[in-house]
Amino acid sequence: MRYLIALLLSGITFFACAQSGQMNEIIIAKGVDKPIKIAIVPFAWNGARLPEDISSIMRNDFKFSGQFYAIPPENMYATPRSESEIHYAADWKRLGAEYLVLGSLTFQNGRYYASYEVFDVVREKRLMPLASVNGGEANLRDIAHKISDEIYEKITNIRGIFSTKLIYVEAFKRPQQYRLMLSDIDGARSRALLTSRFPVLSPVWSPNGQRVAYVSFEAGNKPAIYIMDIATQRRQQMTNFKGLNGAPAWSPDGQKLAMALSKDGNPDIYVMNVLTRELRRVTNHFAIDHEPSWSIDGNSLFFTSDRGGKPQIYQVSLATGQQERVTFDGDYNARGRVSPDGKSLVMLNKRPGTNYHIAAQDLKTGNLRVLSETTMDESPSVAPNGAMLMYATRSGGKGVLAAVSLDARVKMPQPPKQGDVREPAWSPFFN
Amino acid sequence: MITKTLKHGLTLAFVMAFLTACTSGSNKKEVDGPVVDNTPVQQSTIDDSINLSNVVYFEFDKYDLTAESRAVLLAHADKLKGASVAVRLEGHADERGSREYNMALGEKRANAVRDFLVTQGVSGASLETVSFGEEQPAVVGSDDASWAQNRRVEIK
Repeated sequence: MRYLIALLLSGITFFACAQSGQMNEIIIAKGVDKPIKIAIVPFAWNGARLPEDISSIMRNDFKFSGQFYAIPPENMYATPRSESEIHYAADWKRLGAEYLVLGSLTFQNGRYYASYEVFDVVREKRLMPLASVNGGEANLRDIAHKISDEIYEKITNIRGIFSTKLIYVEAFKRPQQYRLMLSDIDGARSRALLTSRFPVLSPVWSPNGQRVAYVSFEAGNKPAIYIMDIATQRRQQMTNFKGLNGAPAWSPDGQKLAMALSKDGNPDIYVMNVLTRELRRVTNHFAIDHEPSWSIDGNSLFFTSDRGGKPQIYQVSLATGQQERVTFDGDYNARGRVSPDGKSLVMLNKRPGTNYHIAAQDLKTGNLRVLSETTMDESPSVAPNGAMLMYATRSGGKGVLAAVSLDARVKMPQPPKQGDVREPAWSPFFN
Repeated sequence: MITKTLKHGLTLAFVMAFLTACTSGSNKKEVDGPVVDNTPVQQSTIDDSINLSNVVYFEFDKYDLTAESRAVLLAHADKLKGASVAVRLEGHADERGSREYNMALGEKRANAVRDFLVTQGVSGASLETVSFGEEQPAVVGSDDASWAQNRRVEIK
């Protein structure tokens, strides 16, 4: 009997291993079928070699958006420096370019001045007048991202996100170490805001982009919610309750933090006034209530609950306490986040027999669309322009980040990091 | 009791069969730190109080105690009753699903163990619960066998 079972099990084991082999799926990089072709001519510069190449950072920005194809400079037939030097047909239409960017960089009194102008190749006319952005040497990347933002918005009518930032958690084993990381949205200029040998998780930006709330186990090897001022890295512990202290979420006005606490027995949703620390209980259920997220108007919270047997997302009105279930498609829906236009709820979704993916549900129609094609996807964070979201997934046995557009047409992997990367939090706009 | 321990031993043997097969098959498994108290060694001895498992396991996305876990916890309750020793119950989840939600899952698991021990006469004041969610897996790996090892409460 025992042998029979062992034999049966070894068959199942083989199957399980074969299945796990499929986990190492490569993240699919996919842009739109017909990307807009943009030619960014290397910026004119007479000085010594600079630490950053502005036009190359810009090309990378446009590529990152997934909506553009940036023509490599080595393919260009000419290097015009002004409108009079542009030969639309001979040099640019030949390459299929639709837009042409000319620029130059100068150095004056310790500052770099980047001037740029944009031309519509198809219509053979100027699109944007000559404009200039300046900054110190440490700001060369900022200058490039700022120019990308301006051009992207002019062409697409969508505000650019290249100057926004990313906070994420990077984890290392042996010895165990957690880092709360801040970087540009393209992964550059990453630096640790916090390094700890205890777990760090759930970072979220305050709506004004100046603070981050997160969970850390540093006090007594148990979870507590903290707020850090990003510029000074000064931090304050906001909670120290028995049991779960998790999933902080800023109200749209930045004055309150929704959170999950189990101090009264079970994980329930609470709202804390950040200034007075006054605490208000929002849900009271013997099941798990977790992962609160604010509606755009700040009048209600979305949260995950297994009160129906499996994790699904519910919505509670803060005025009336009335609660209703929001998600029905799939047997696992968790960690909802509302898109900036308030129209979609993005979440972690699993349907029976499928992997964990990122999905967006239209809050009016209830229609759910699966956005990601990778495996073990989680923690979606929507860009402030609502066009893309970043999420955590796995590749080669490691946690990595990936981005996908909310219409699912564009899928972009992020550059790999040293450690296990998870829980991306996309910043708001900074101005 | 003997039947129970035998059953327990058998289950563990199955888990080990999973582990062995996966290790040899994919070479992907690595044990994260020392994994204690879940080997089948000596599980068939009659007096198992010396080798009493300090870990109880759970089904996926569940936090109710299995019959097996209850048996293990009954033995712990016998040991802890009357003893003035502080015990930490650490709840864990496997890596699947939402990282934050898994914190709550680990919490509910630790609470389920605490509540059971209290109903068996252990003083609640001596029991501290904490959840690590999926942060500290016992075993690194993305397969059923690893996940089964990671959905647990450790009695420390």
